[in-house]
Amino acid sequence: MSDTPAPQFRPANFRPVTTESPLTRWLLIASVVVVLSVLLFAPLIVVFAEALKDGVIEALASLGNRDARSAVLLTLMVTALALPLNAVFGVAAAWLITKFDFRGKAFLITLIDLPFSVSPVVAGLCLVLLFGTNSLFGGWMVAQGYPIIFAVPGIILATLFVTFPFVARELIPVMIEQGKVEEEAALTLGAGGWRVFFTVTLPNIRWALLYGVLLCNARAMGEFGAVAVVSGKIRGQTATMPITIEMLYNEYLSVAAFTMAALLALLALVTLVLKTLLEWRYADQLAATHRH
Amino acid sequence: MSRPLINRSPMPGLGLSVGVTLTMLSLVVLLPIGALLMKGASFGLPEVWAVVNTERTWAALFLSFRISLYAALFNLVFGIVLAWVLVRYDFPGRRIIDAAVDLPFALPTAVAGIALTTLYAPNGFFGQFAKELGFRIAYTQWGILIALIFVGLPFVTRTVQPVIEEIEREVEEASATLGASRAYTLRRVILPMLAPAALTGFALALARSVGEYGSVIFIAGNIPLKTEIAPLLIVIRLEEFDYNGAASIGISMLAISFFMLLVINAVQIFSRRRIGHV
Amino acid sequence: MTYANAFALPDLRHMNAKTALCRAWIPAFGLALFTLSAPHGLHAQELLNVSYDPTRELYREFNDAFSEHWVSLGHDAPDLQGSHGGSGAQARAVIEGLNAQVVTLALASDIDKIADAGKLPADWQSKLPHNSSPYTSTIVFLVREGNPKGIKDWGDLIGEGIEVITPNPKTSGGARWNYLGAWAWAEKNGQDPQAFVKALYGQVPVLDSGARGATTTFAERGIGDVLLAWENEAYLALAELGDDEFDIVVPSVSVLAEPPVALIEANIKSDEQRELATAYLEYLYSPEGQAIAFKNYYRAWDTSAANPEDVARFPTLDLRDIASFGGWDKVQPEHFGDGGIFDQIYTAK
Repeated sequence: MSDTPAPQFRPANFRPVTTESPLTRWLLIASVVVVLSVLLFAPLIVVFAEALKDGVIEALASLGNRDARSAVLLTLMVTALALPLNAVFGVAAAWLITKFDFRGKAFLITLIDLPFSVSPVVAGLCLVLLFGTNSLFGGWMVAQGYPIIFAVPGIILATLFVTFPFVARELIPVMIEQGKVEEEAALTLGAGGWRVFFTVTLPNIRWALLYGVLLCNARAMGEFGAVAVVSGKIRGQTATMPITIEMLYNEYLSVAAFTMAALLALLALVTLVLKTLLEWRYADQLAATHRH
Repeated sequence: MSRPLINRSPMPGLGLSVGVTLTMLSLVVLLPIGALLMKGASFGLPEVWAVVNTERTWAALFLSFRISLYAALFNLVFGIVLAWVLVRYDFPGRRIIDAAVDLPFALPTAVAGIALTTLYAPNGFFGQFAKELGFRIAYTQWGILIALIFVGLPFVTRTVQPVIEEIEREVEEASATLGASRAYTLRRVILPMLAPAALTGFALALARSVGEYGSVIFIAGNIPLKTEIAPLLIVIRLEEFDYNGAASIGISMLAISFFMLLVINAVQIFSRRRIGHV
Repeated sequence: MTYANAFALPDLRHMNAKTALCRAWIPAFGLALFTLSAPHGLHAQELLNVSYDPTRELYREFNDAFSEHWVSLGHDAPDLQGSHGGSGAQARAVIEGLNAQVVTLALASDIDKIADAGKLPADWQSKLPHNSSPYTSTIVFLVREGNPKGIKDWGDLIGEGIEVITPNPKTSGGARWNYLGAWAWAEKNGQDPQAFVKALYGQVPVLDSGARGATTTFAERGIGDVLLAWENEAYLALAELGDDEFDIVVPSVSVLAEPPVALIEANIKSDEQRELATAYLEYLYSPEGQAIAFKNYYRAWDTSAANPEDVARFPTLDLRDIASFGGWDKVQPEHFGDGGIFDQIYTAK
């Protein structure tokens, strides 16, 4: 990093005004670590311990078959399609909600939140009611040879549904916090709409956008309930990773099931590596905004 | 008060953002939910009410919403603390914790349910302590609470975190210069800045917990009137091939959640309008 | 300003980019969906068998054997696909359009629902031998090693301090048989069956949603003194989880569970596919198919090719079939329907 620490002329007990006393800090960190250990790390350790119960080789071998590979590929493909769609939607919706003043804003935001409050089981049911063979549209699609339910499109729709609010909901608070002064200044200086977005707005919201995509990614890969209703659970064809995990578990193949669960957890972290890389890439800018 | 539907603004991109938002919203959310409401309309409101207005359904709805509220409140407080610690403090393991926050989403809910039950069952790592103290965690309402805290864990942290990252330190310095103590600065300067994001996270965690099925089913015990959650009743109706009953409970949950979210969102927008844009 | 104007609010400088984007992404989205749903694997004759949860091991072995058999008759190797889940959920999927040529479910009432939707004739159960059930099973007790609570029969289950693990009959097909087994014992022993099942479910601390969940609760979480289980699941649990930890107890009376199979007429696309699907179901009744069922702990009919050890495993006991309860048409709504006898256990004061 470019900014080497300046020589320090500080009393031993110096504390910047923008942080808390060491005791408070220590207590906060300790409470976070304890709660997360009990609620988050312990279950994760259970998953990995179950996966590695019979050794690493056994665990890796369980991922080698055709059905496992096809489940991983399907999950990655569904996620790769759902993420950009939700990101585009999220940016558009956040722009609309934070840059304009209109009536019914709370209503619109609530509509965007709605997929969270719908039980995944009901979400699946909704899609079946809309696209199932007994519905008008679904029946027509099946007749054309393009079934939606019990095929990949249904899985994509279910994934889009459950991850729908993430990006928009991450962006809205940050964009509210920032207001629109900077954009207005850029417009006054003659910049076009896209230019304002890419040079002013996007750099300001990139962290929120990234967090939104992180959550969206994790949830898209891990969703079971809604996908289970619309997938048909056909081995090697419409079985995503979570569905394969359930199948394996029910077959008493708990090593294979938990290995795939562990893999899913690791895959969710891939985006995190991306975040770390971005943090390095933008370290100077971060330092500039945070330290002066 | 008559406000125009939309205030004139020099901001570009209104047409595009309205277009993308409404198209996606309609395709992904409104059409499927519309299908559910149509189903409800096809057999009428009295029928929906008849399904919902039973002791067992009320007990399940009350249980789902009550424990979801507790879980979301816990996540509200803990989420702010966690986000603050992750952004402002540097300590060994910070990156690992930052990485792990999203995991409750990535683990399929059933896996989470099985793992949590393994730990909190009477013969589990944590459950055995509870057993010595004479109570059970798994298979009681405590188990449901733990599962719901787990599934809602990332929301508040991940909505508050970017806001904390954007806070300019000058604000805190200014506050300190004016003689405010650190605690006062946190309470009167920082917390109000985090409030909209935290409330958003709270609303989302609450909404998500209410509908959660996969993980709760393993740890709850599922005894009618005691530990039976509302989504389980929907599944039961479906198993009876009773689509109308399932849709009725689904619609009533949807209505309650929608109303709750609407209130939270309206409070947010109203308070922001009163204070003025930051 | 009206709402319509909002859409038309001019941003002329970027109209091109904007409209281009709008025009591009909607069809792109559609295209992505459609290309992904295009059917694949057209080279081999396809057959999808939609089944319920505990039959995975059975059909994995059976599919391999049938595939070999089919090729030996001079056909191309078929593309056999399987789907497993809760019996009721699987039936709903077929009704909603899951493209199954063959269903092999837990309860005849589930296939009746598919017939109600017009996907196969109402008299489907008479098309194949033994009520279209190539194999049967029953309900037994799994207790902890050495049977410390001395559980011998259904009557012992309602003893003081006995905890019983059984899944929820509302969400698990197998659990309905558990319930009916208890009912049958009470009837045979002159007790009020309704009071007996009520007392029984009063001993249940956890109602799992499926059979596998109940097995886990009992075997791995250490909850309960006795697990009511499918006979084939109980043997499987012994094999997978260790036979030095659990014992199987066979009650004096139990149920004859007949998991039926059927061909879904509406999903048959060609004569070749019909031939394949028919042969698939008939092979279940062949000596080879029956031997595989025996090997997977099911009580099949034809012992001619079976390993005698697999057959000798099953003790004889008094088994009651669903017809003796009045058939699923009567049992399903009366006991397990909304507000039925099972619901009254918990809601009646």
